Amino acid sequence: MKSIAFGQYYPANSPIHRMDPRAKVILTVLYIVCTFLCRNVLCFAAILLSAVLLCLVSRIPLRMILRSIRPLIMILAFTSLINVFMTKGEHLLTPTWQIPLWGSRVWRIKIYEEGLWNALFMILRIIILLIGTSVLLSYTTTPIALTDALERLFSPLKKIKVPVHDIAMMTTIALRFIPTLMDETQRIMNAQKARGADFSSGGLIRRAKALLPVLVPLLVSAFNRAYELAAAMECRCYHGGEGRTRLKILRLRFSDVFAVMLLVAFGVGIFFLNRQGIGYTMK
Amino acid sequence: MDKIVLEHVDFVYGTGTPFEHKALSDVSVRIAADRITGVIGHTGSGKSTMMALLNGLEKPTAGKVLLDGYDVNATAKELYADWLKRPEYQNMRKSTAKKAIRAEVEKRRRNLCFRVGLVMQYPEYQLFEETVFKDISYGPKNMGLSEEEIRIRVPEALRFCGLDESLLEKSPFDLSGGQKRRVAIAGVIAMRPEVLVLDEPAAGLDPLGREQIFEKIRQYQRSTHSTVIIVSHSMEDMAEYCDDMVVLAHSGIVAQGSCEEVFSQVSMLDGVGLDIPQITQLMRILRARGIDVPENVYTVEQAAEALKRHFQSLKGTDT
Ligand SMILES: Nc1ncnc2c1ncn2[C@@H]1O[C@H](COP(=O)(O)OP(=O)(O)OP(=O)(O)O)[C@@H](O)[C@H]1O
Ligand SMILES: [Mg+2]
Repeated sequence: MKSIAFGQYYPANSPIHRMDPRAKVILTVLYIVCTFLCRNVLCFAAILLSAVLLCLVSRIPLRMILRSIRPLIMILAFTSLINVFMTKGEHLLTPTWQIPLWGSRVWRIKIYEEGLWNALFMILRIIILLIGTSVLLSYTTTPIALTDALERLFSPLKKIKVPVHDIAMMTTIALRFIPTLMDETQRIMNAQKARGADFSSGGLIRRAKALLPVLVPLLVSAFNRAYELAAAMECRCYHGGEGRTRLKILRLRFSDVFAVMLLVAFGVGIFFLNRQGIGYTMK
Repeated sequence: MDKIVLEHVDFVYGTGTPFEHKALSDVSVRIAADRITGVIGHTGSGKSTMMALLNGLEKPTAGKVLLDGYDVNATAKELYADWLKRPEYQNMRKSTAKKAIRAEVEKRRRNLCFRVGLVMQYPEYQLFEETVFKDISYGPKNMGLSEEEIRIRVPEALRFCGLDESLLEKSPFDLSGGQKRRVAIAGVIAMRPEVLVLDEPAAGLDPLGREQIFEKIRQYQRSTHSTVIIVSHSMEDMAEYCDDMVVLAHSGIVAQGSCEEVFSQVSMLDGVGLDIPQITQLMRILRARGIDVPENVYTVEQAAEALKRHFQSLKGTDT
């Protein structure tokens, strides 16, 4: 279990987890477009609601979603500050705020209502983008299912001689071995620690040197694994994607198509909501 | 005397992730000094996890690991209250004493892996140096031993593990699997730990190799009076070489005590997917058939002895 799922994947049994990964890729792209279409309060309210619904449907605990937002707090703060101070508009909120600098110079802080709206919208946009992509893709799709989906979506490119299958196979193998190698690294590090290795003290050069006893066995075993895997694949007569059948056949179900159509409709709805001159409209 | 004591130890892998897994729950064990203790348990019962706690590689989620009565994971802060009353710190100014305590705790933390030498499961994957000599001397070097000392210890450890000194200048990657295993064990033996922990040292070796390794481990224990802990799946080896046994099942301890005490609980062992040694089983069958042999026979030698006695007594009644 642990070896097929790593990174952000959160195992659960939800409609989104069960959805065809190709549909999820398309949905994610559409969702991103929708988020960028939003320009006024109504639109943002609608898309925020949809994000909340997505979270509920996906059965991903709130704490996981918050955890994915946390690293962005600095960026959020920074964008909103820039928006608040740099947006020029018509409704000045702070006519008299002045900060004395040197001599007789003063710095007049001008904050416009439009700036506040812009800041709010930007924050919402980033957060919703993040929730949308993580709930629709990274939390609910294993990396291997994702490469599979991308291979299928890009398969028309085979016509112009792009080696889609080979790229997908390489990616799948690489992804498959990341957790294995991570476990291996941990194990070798532990083995060397048991012999008194010290990875955390000393300067940069000393630390880099201390990693040598980990890197050498890791590389050796990675190469061995690669040889073994290649041999195993050849023994099973693997010779590229030509005429190859699949164990897991992806089938688009009605619900997948329906979800895509629903989101398209949602996007159209947002498009028209933008036309309504309600409140402030973002540029 | 207890060398190592685990008190109500819990250990959880991947805390806070969807893959959270409790590998040990409420484990309390006493491991006697100057004895060989065997740890058995089914696959995934938490044996390796428990071994990693002993030398500080992993910290228990709850509970304590005591080595000679000292909690190996205690922080200086937790110890101030107690240690400041000790005579060696009592006469110092408080801040100096605290500093000294911090240094002492740090030193003990650092020395823990040298005092408790751990040979991990499949240790052959940890070899990395150009030559066997350099690889074995990695541990002793980290201990800060002198060159001369290392030059004495390394060939000694190698010979001890049953390898020829001509291998010293070879690359460890050119050795066979069994030879690699022995080099890895030598790498820990060279540190001369007072507690030697071996996680399945003989897995995957030929019968003669198994016997040699266990024989050497016993020699090490008897000659240095250190404490040895061996994890193994082979009941025969355990019966043959261990003084005490600890049985793990489903992340918890189900039995501990001397070999006789543990092996006499046949139904319990059966219940957790383990066996008694085959020779013991044979003796039990013989007994069931009405042949008068003792029940508590765990090694082939004991069995031979018992059968000899039995036949002699038969002869005695004949004449
Ligand atoms: N690094 C890890 N991350 C997550 N879970 C782990 C990790 N290592 C072990 N486990 C889990 O902890 C449990 C105990 O593992 P452990 O390696 O201690 O078993 P063991 O008794 O040594 O088994 P074996 O006889 O196969 O060596 C297992 O269920 C295992 O899946
Ligand atoms: Mg193990």
